[in-house]
Amino acid sequence: MTQSETFYYDNKIVRDFGVATALWCVVAFTVGLIAALQLVWPAANLSLEYTTFGRLRPLHTNAAIFAFVGNGIFMGVYYSLQRLLKTRMYSDLLSKIHFWGWQLIIVAAALTLPLGITSSKEYAELEWPIDIAIALVWVVFGINMFGTILKRRENHLYVAIWFYIATWITVTILHIFNNLEIPVSAFKSIPVFAGVQDALVQWWYGHNAVAFFLTTPYLGLMYYFLPKAANRPVYSYKLSIIHFWALIFIYIWAGPHHLLYTSLPGWAQALGTVFSLMLIAPSWGGMLNGLLTLRGAWDKVRQDPVLKFMVVAITAYGMATLEGPLLSIKSVNAISHYTDWTIAHVHVGTLGWNGMLTFGILYWLWPRLYGNKLFSTKLANLHFWLGTLGIIFYTVPIYWAGWTQSMMWKQFGADGLLVYSNFLETVTQILPMYMLRVLGGTIYITGAFVMVYNLIKTARSGKLIANVEASAPARAVAGSHKGEYWHKWIERKPITMLIASAVVVAIGGLVEIFPMMLIDNNVPKIASVKPYTPLELEGRDIYIKEGCVGCHSQMVRPFRSETERYGEYSKSGEFIYDRPFLWGSKRTGPDLHRVGGKYPNSWHYNHMKDPETMSPGSIMPPYPWLLKKEINSDYTAAKIKVLQTLNTPYPNGYADRAVADLKLQAQGIADDLRKNGVEVEGLENKEIVALIAYLQRLGTDIKPKATVERIQ
Amino acid sequence: MKIIFFLIVLSLITATGFLLAFFWAVKSGQYEDDITPSMRLMIEEDMIEKIESKPNSK
Repeated sequence: MTQSETFYYDNKIVRDFGVATALWCVVAFTVGLIAALQLVWPAANLSLEYTTFGRLRPLHTNAAIFAFVGNGIFMGVYYSLQRLLKTRMYSDLLSKIHFWGWQLIIVAAALTLPLGITSSKEYAELEWPIDIAIALVWVVFGINMFGTILKRRENHLYVAIWFYIATWITVTILHIFNNLEIPVSAFKSIPVFAGVQDALVQWWYGHNAVAFFLTTPYLGLMYYFLPKAANRPVYSYKLSIIHFWALIFIYIWAGPHHLLYTSLPGWAQALGTVFSLMLIAPSWGGMLNGLLTLRGAWDKVRQDPVLKFMVVAITAYGMATLEGPLLSIKSVNAISHYTDWTIAHVHVGTLGWNGMLTFGILYWLWPRLYGNKLFSTKLANLHFWLGTLGIIFYTVPIYWAGWTQSMMWKQFGADGLLVYSNFLETVTQILPMYMLRVLGGTIYITGAFVMVYNLIKTARSGKLIANVEASAPARAVAGSHKGEYWHKWIERKPITMLIASAVVVAIGGLVEIFPMMLIDNNVPKIASVKPYTPLELEGRDIYIKEGCVGCHSQMVRPFRSETERYGEYSKSGEFIYDRPFLWGSKRTGPDLHRVGGKYPNSWHYNHMKDPETMSPGSIMPPYPWLLKKEINSDYTAAKIKVLQTLNTPYPNGYADRAVADLKLQAQGIADDLRKNGVEVEGLENKEIVALIAYLQRLGTDIKPKATVERIQ
Repeated sequence: MKIIFFLIVLSLITATGFLLAFFWAVKSGQYEDDITPSMRLMIEEDMIEKIESKPNSK
């Protein structure tokens, strides 16, 4: 046996990530609450363009996923990894860079998203400079984690570490491939994939982001912190190993279930459904393993708020992972998709699984980091009940809203016509549910504030134990490294670094080579589908900037209830020039794919000015700034050039004529608006004109009589 | 739909990587003992001899 070595665990970095977790959780929930409030009371956006629902929604989702849960992951990983491997983190410097880098990225997100700087792809909204920053910080985290694994004193890698490794690898791949984009300016890029292909890559990412950012790392945390909190070994270590491998092998194939009944080929949809259903087995294996760990310890659950939080978290995980596969069945998805059912489902996951587990871990960690007792167990219990009731008051009304609205969308009368042909009727019907959701959110967020108070009090009454001394014998490594001490690994750091950089370079190479091979579209081409005009392109970017996609889909599914309401169902060939795709995932307002030519230009003008004048009772906010701000055509030529490199068939040298064409088309729309009584000076230069041009173009390419002029 | 094949290949590469990791784990004896790892998690706290606020080694 080798001599025992003394070393120190770094607790400070765990505390820092913990503080960040608590801070961002309050921010993420507050933004979510404001967004929820706007759905019943649009004026809650204070009539500012920066705080409309369209811009707040991505801020809320990014804050919840990457700021709250992200910091929660790092907090748990940095605590457990050191102890499981009997070593300090590989590098204190990398830990610091990782911490501050991640916080800076969050701040950058909080600044750019309200400004409307967005790629519009869900959970990947951040623009390209921030994408690069994320990749760099993520690599720093990776080097730090793998460095720690290499210098470990414990030969065995506990199952939690496997979950962390899978998380790191998969998130790296996902992030890179969903963010392949060509910059147009410092804050704008165009994705290399278009239409159906873009949608598929996005939801392959979106699904796996849930799998490998919200699920696998948290399962790792569950396998460490639950046995710790319950003071019992995990029910079955064997099951945890099977759980891990089965889960990661199956998860990566389930992505297409986000695109059922869309223009995605049927076999790909079927693949997504089959693998989603298979996921029930490993997911429930993990859930049962967690709950059974508490066998014979349920008396502790009654006493200990930490365990209460964890039990609710694991139960929510079980419910969400049963519901998820069910939602992947086509006939269920036909009802659920685009409704609040999906919103309810994801909130069971984030508020229940991620939220409650994070709270439990924070309450368990804080006294250990500060060498004292939790300030108030009573307040922790209060938080537990506020959290649990908050989830119920949030999700139940929203499930109800989803079912109600979906049934109304599909309701045909005896005359064979839609009973609720006015979309707005199906919205006003569920507004009471939206109000109850605000109540639920308020209860949940109150609990979070109680927690923050409790944690601050706990920290104040103790002193941070920044470094914890521990000792363990050096690892006897099998094979050629036999008998080597961990610091030998550090001595060979250049080699480790070399391998790491080789991997990074290889990925970089793939990034450059693959997209070029794939630009050529294999989507069936429709002869009448033409690229967007420069004005429509700018209008489309305003649509993206305002986050319209957060409430309006552009994908008419092949159901009678949808073709009756919206028009011809959407074909994959219609989207080949859509960079990015804007299919959306939620219909808070109606689908817009066939809105082109449906209303006169003046209708859109007045509707954007104040939606209530055109649709009384609408919950869409007014967009008065679109009537004042001028179209920015500085980058129009650059956009055309980038699109040309991506094989969009604009004529040679079109970029030079683009702005002139834009002005011409804008003049036409402005003239038409003037004819209909809109008297504004310089109307043809306003953003509203570009947006109208885009809206009027939508879905008109395959109509027998196109109503919009096109280039060429 | 080239992109599907691309994503499938990418997923296959990822899955193959996981498979190799699995083989490594089995071969290197990670799973020879499926009882004590869960126990060891419980006792590690006992190894902490004392708590200090400053480290004296890197």
